Amino acid sequence: MSKRFSGVVALDDVSFSLRAGETHALVGENGAGKSTLIKVLTGVYRPDAGELRLADEPVRFSRPSEAQQAGISTIYQEVNLVPLMSVARNIFLGREPRNRLGLIDFSRMHRETAALLGGFGVRADPRRPLHTLGIGTQQMVALARAVSVNAQVVIMDEPTSSLEPREVETLFRVIGDLRGRGIAVLYVSHRMDELYRICDRVTVLRDGRHIHTGDLAGLDRMQLVSMMLGRDLAEVRRAGVTNFAAEGHEAARTPVLTATGLTSRLQLHDISLSLYAGEVLGLGGLLGSGRSETAKALSGALPLDSGELTVDGTELKRLTPAAAIRAGISLLPEDRKAEGIVPGLSVRENIVLAALPRLSRGGVVSRARQDRIVEIFMKRLRIKASSPEQKVGELSGGNQQKVLLARWLCLEPKVLLLDEPTRGIDVGAKAEVQSLIDDLAREGLAVLLISSDIEELIEGADRIVVLRGGAVAGELAGDEVAEDRLLEVLADHAPAPEDNATAAQEDPR
Amino acid sequence: MNETTPAPTVPAPVSTRAPGKTAPPRPAADAGQTGRRRAAELLQRQGVLAVLLTVVIAASFIYPTFASLDNARGVTIQASFLAVVALGMTMVIITGGIDLSVGSVFALGGVLAAWASQYGFLAALLVPLTVCGAIGLLNGFLIARGNMAPFIVTLATLLGARGLLLTLTDEGATTHLVPKDSAFGELGQGSVWGFGYPILIALVLFGAGGIVLQRTSFGQTLFAVGGSSDAATLMGLPVVRTKILVYTLSGLLAGLAGALNAARLSSGVTIVGVGMELDAISAVVIGGTLLIGGAGSISGTLWGVLLLAVIQNLINQIGSLNSSYQSVVSGGFLIVVVVAQRYLARSRRTT
Repeated sequence: MSKRFSGVVALDDVSFSLRAGETHALVGENGAGKSTLIKVLTGVYRPDAGELRLADEPVRFSRPSEAQQAGISTIYQEVNLVPLMSVARNIFLGREPRNRLGLIDFSRMHRETAALLGGFGVRADPRRPLHTLGIGTQQMVALARAVSVNAQVVIMDEPTSSLEPREVETLFRVIGDLRGRGIAVLYVSHRMDELYRICDRVTVLRDGRHIHTGDLAGLDRMQLVSMMLGRDLAEVRRAGVTNFAAEGHEAARTPVLTATGLTSRLQLHDISLSLYAGEVLGLGGLLGSGRSETAKALSGALPLDSGELTVDGTELKRLTPAAAIRAGISLLPEDRKAEGIVPGLSVRENIVLAALPRLSRGGVVSRARQDRIVEIFMKRLRIKASSPEQKVGELSGGNQQKVLLARWLCLEPKVLLLDEPTRGIDVGAKAEVQSLIDDLAREGLAVLLISSDIEELIEGADRIVVLRGGAVAGELAGDEVAEDRLLEVLADHAPAPEDNATAAQEDPR
Repeated sequence: MNETTPAPTVPAPVSTRAPGKTAPPRPAADAGQTGRRRAAELLQRQGVLAVLLTVVIAASFIYPTFASLDNARGVTIQASFLAVVALGMTMVIITGGIDLSVGSVFALGGVLAAWASQYGFLAALLVPLTVCGAIGLLNGFLIARGNMAPFIVTLATLLGARGLLLTLTDEGATTHLVPKDSAFGELGQGSVWGFGYPILIALVLFGAGGIVLQRTSFGQTLFAVGGSSDAATLMGLPVVRTKILVYTLSGLLAGLAGALNAARLSSGVTIVGVGMELDAISAVVIGGTLLIGGAGSISGTLWGVLLLAVIQNLINQIGSLNSSYQSVVSGGFLIVVVVAQRYLARSRRTT
């Protein structure tokens, strides 16, 4: 069985093959083209060039149903079922069993559903509406649907991101079954442990290009991570690639923000960190390690099951975004289009949006004060706009980011959380944002920097807390803030005892 | 015909467990919850029926004239036309769409039927069905293929159909009459035990509609499209085809209802059907169908239509009340239902 294709906009000449009965890992950072590749395989997108061969027959899918009929089924990261419909209906949608009158045979459908789910160790009433089940069980229903159609290829896009450990075991057992039945599994995940446990081979994508395909067994974790990130281990660290000053910052002695034991079901496990005034704390980790979730938790945007947050010695009792802003915590979100700027409003309106309550007296906003603040920030952040009245949607990505930064800075925060502040902006603007972060820290702001750009993280941060699987995996300070050390922690070079235990249980294949 | 409608329910409490620990088996706790959930589901689904029965029983005691067979015949024949229109509307709303054109299409169907009845029984049925089906097809095509908002598309055809009707009748000056003693006239005026044919036709259509919705792939796809259009596409369901079909069906049913109405009135009255789309939507929503789509039932719509008809009839019985109060009462019911739905939808999101 082989598949080849090339030349999709987000995918540049990627070729790889999937063998019957193998579990094939597909890895890559954000924007590497994994999702595009999956969508091409499942018929959501059509490739601009290249071909797809299924069991040596060239195939073309113009819609998802065609791919499914050909035997390719997919489990998406977010459960793609209909929440209001019953479990059985979801599994059999589009291929319901009929009785002699040509009507749907519900008793048979419920019987088969129960048997199917029972095989996965899931006990759920087939009549129950799907949304009343837990996310993990819903994911198992999606899995049941995917394997119950006579699939030759099953694509799993981060199937474990919402599963509990017990359910992950069930999933792995099902994958083992599929392997035994000669079904090829394409497994997308960021969790190294899982990849090494269940996958035979791996394909690495980066920036839409094919980097590597090969056996996983012979591949060192460090090598895999460096391929994903595009960093040669031996590559000498080049100085001055980013625009951060070479020396660190003078950090204060007492932390301005202390977080202890932040826990949110399935997302964060007992995360503790402190942030000092005048420093840049880097938050490292691969995609899905809980970096953005941590930033959201600190800004009150992620509901927590437990954990404490102290700002300047006072504990925040009820952690809501409004309370966090009052306490002086500002978050620059990752997705600035969806969560930040209002494109139809002007630069001025966007900047003063969050500060409006402070600028108004009796509900009336003083235009003169607005103009003064906007002028200061436009000058200071060097926002390039024809006038303060230009619509933000017309600005470049870098300038949009600066407008957002200005919005939070005019609240005079103590803590600034920056989630991927330089993603998607051009090189020049990137350098400006970077030097701005430097200046802000020097002026005494505590900055938390999240970045997938390794160089940005290493040169920008004074300390780096590394996350893995929603928990703190290590902290680098001083001389340890270097690329090789970071890669080591990212790749989990010192496996925890429990990892050894699971490795020992692994069935030989 | 409504055994297993996927209706939103108050979700069973989700136990939060610390991840990593061995979790207690889930099903043990389910038995009690399932019973309670079923009861809540039943209440949610059949709540309208309960209200309808309460109103009917109470009214029978207070107004003896209400409980008469004659009155029942009158109420149901009045309701039957709206019922047929609301049947199509239910299916459209289940897909998460809306069809505002049905009122105009209803009137157009009546005028076409009256005009064509001079050419015989078959023409009187086929002409309105063809034209109204074509309008529905146009709606469906623009919405599904053109990816346009159902609200705007059907608003446009509402205006278009009304305009077409005015052209056919010289701006309402000409009224086409159904020939006396014709087979077509009999379809609207004939009756079995005093219950007019339109009532029986509506009941048959509702029975068929229930089976289509619950026991066919097409029906299941309607729910899937309304519940999550993206998921339906990714599951490989024929989303576009289903949408086109459901609007066509809505147009056909509105046209048929108009034709039946013309047969009953013996003429193609041009002023009927104004605002009928809103009555149909009210009946559907009162019947428990979610306006955002994904859940609903044919039987609920039937009770919703009857409830609206009974309220109108009661206000007529009271006599001293201005008939305009009917709208006030229907509006009140609508608000109650929408508030209840919103509450249920919110508790669903927190799952």
